[in-house]
Amino acid sequence: MSVEAWTTVFVIISFILYLYIGWRSRVKDSKGFFVADRGVPAVANGAATAADWMSAASFISMAGIISFLGYDGSIYLMGWTGGFVLLALLLAPYLRKFGKYTVPDFVGDRYYSVWARLVAVVAAIFVSLTYVAGQMRGVGIVFSRFLQVDINTGVLIGMVIVAFFAVLGGMKGITWTQVAQYTVLIFAYLIPAFAIALILTGNPIPQVAFGFSDIIEKLNQVQVDLGFAEYTQPFANKSMLDVLFITIALMVGTAGLPHVIVRFYTVPSTRAARYSAGWALLFIAILYTTAPAVSAFARYNLIDSLHNKTVTEIQQLDWATKWENTGLLGFDDKNGDGRIALTPEEATSEITIDRDIIVLSTPEVANLAPWVIALVAAGGLAAALSTASGLLLVISSSIAHDVYYRIINPQASESQRVMVGRVMVGFAIAIAGYFGVNPPGFVAEVVAFAFGLAAASFFPVIILGIFDKRTNREGAIAGMIIGLAFTAFYIIGVKFYGMSTWFLGISPEGIGTVGMVINFFVTYIVSRLTPPPPLEVQEMVEHLRSPEPDGAPLSDIGEEQLD
Amino acid sequence: MSGSVERYSSISQEQEEQAKAQRIRAYWRANTILIRNLLIVWGFVSLGCSILFVPLLNHISLGGVPLGFWMAQQGSIFTFVILIFIYAIQMDKLDRKYRK
Repeated sequence: MSVEAWTTVFVIISFILYLYIGWRSRVKDSKGFFVADRGVPAVANGAATAADWMSAASFISMAGIISFLGYDGSIYLMGWTGGFVLLALLLAPYLRKFGKYTVPDFVGDRYYSVWARLVAVVAAIFVSLTYVAGQMRGVGIVFSRFLQVDINTGVLIGMVIVAFFAVLGGMKGITWTQVAQYTVLIFAYLIPAFAIALILTGNPIPQVAFGFSDIIEKLNQVQVDLGFAEYTQPFANKSMLDVLFITIALMVGTAGLPHVIVRFYTVPSTRAARYSAGWALLFIAILYTTAPAVSAFARYNLIDSLHNKTVTEIQQLDWATKWENTGLLGFDDKNGDGRIALTPEEATSEITIDRDIIVLSTPEVANLAPWVIALVAAGGLAAALSTASGLLLVISSSIAHDVYYRIINPQASESQRVMVGRVMVGFAIAIAGYFGVNPPGFVAEVVAFAFGLAAASFFPVIILGIFDKRTNREGAIAGMIIGLAFTAFYIIGVKFYGMSTWFLGISPEGIGTVGMVINFFVTYIVSRLTPPPPLEVQEMVEHLRSPEPDGAPLSDIGEEQLD
Repeated sequence: MSGSVERYSSISQEQEEQAKAQRIRAYWRANTILIRNLLIVWGFVSLGCSILFVPLLNHISLGGVPLGFWMAQQGSIFTFVILIFIYAIQMDKLDRKYRK
């Protein structure tokens, strides 16, 4: 069977699976729709969080980016995992104990203010929308590259699938499809990684092959011979300070992203929330420790098989010609010596490599069967769809729950609330689809926004709301607004108006760290200068800090059967 | 007689309330100390060993890989996972100790 046939089969099978799960987990009430009845076992929530968190960018692009940055690519590896420690220790257990539906719920109740709630709603929607636009685009790209379907048709198919399980099943449908999607994407990632590790080092476990073979030494040598910096050379592309700030911004942003936080509302207890964060990071770490190995192996392999070869030798490599046809790989014998050379300068380098090719071409480079290539396509789709559905639910619940139910119509009945929720999911899918078909040119630029804004807005006020009883409404609102304004000003100024990186040369990706510190500082000071929060709010904080009553069943962390 | 019983019970209730408040405070203190210690390890491994001290640590080789580089791309992530599970298990112990 050809690659296209296999891909079609895999994509259809996986989509039928998602649709079936969506149909099985359809819900009627608001608790089911917004927080999956709080009945998700810790291990399952861990897998769902991992799929929710790992997007098309993690799956397709990350290994490629690291491959080009070497050591400096670690900002993504650490930034996108280290935040889960903050989440597990500082946020998730308390938010679960608080036990409402959304992130703005906590901000609104803890700071007894409609305005605080609204600021949080706007931030949640903005962060999620920027993110989801990229996911829909990712779905379209996978379709077009593997199935030769038009990108817009691909986006449309993706929209219909997500709409089905998200509108019917709400959070419950999304959760259980995400568990299935995690399974698909992790197999799709690991199989080619095992194969290339085995071929290059004789050891199939990528993590072991990465640490205990001579491949990194050889890669360093090759890099130096070609005039590049050593692969392991730190701070070759970014200064130490910039690496530090970007890593912190990504970590704190991760911990503050609403679609990740809400996942912890779906487990049965505080205890389950703590374990669940551990499972989530374990499942993420399986991919995130494989990725840097794939990056190094693929880079070594690409240089080894392409550099200094004659044009005819390269034409004999099947995968090289195939990827050359897609435009992701390019050869041009600029100096006309009959050999193709890779050099650090773009002007003289005779090979151009798109970063996405690192993951996508691995199965072919490793000479794997066509069905493995098809599995990678299904994995990329799973990564994009799972992240998109989680984000869509945040947008829906921000409007249906926080704005409609908590502000506009507190008397709304159960069925009204669920209906508004469903309509809002549909509405959010339509907007996401629109951006998928007409991608705004600035999508890549605004991803820095999502993390920076989450870091500078939610993270400090949630932490202080739990760990500092004296923090009040005035402090939280002032902190969020000033933190957001500073971060937005810096990012917009540098990205769009050519402002210099005047703050210690920190790039826009890392400025969220500064915004976060400013937010902490402002919130703390303003709270001390204004009246303390009312007694019932202080009691609520006291309640969050006390141990859960006895009798939480063991099954809540997944030690019993999953049902 | 009934009056004295009432007074007695209200005093014991007050004591119980106080004991409970004290227990919650002790639980919270133990919790925050645990969080602080784990976050110190978190910061030392990720921001320290994987960024600030990398040029230094890269002089040491682990297997075939410079140690600082390995910490940044593998070691730090393993540490994060372990830290979260340590927290969850230790909190189970605190829960058992302070719950009543």
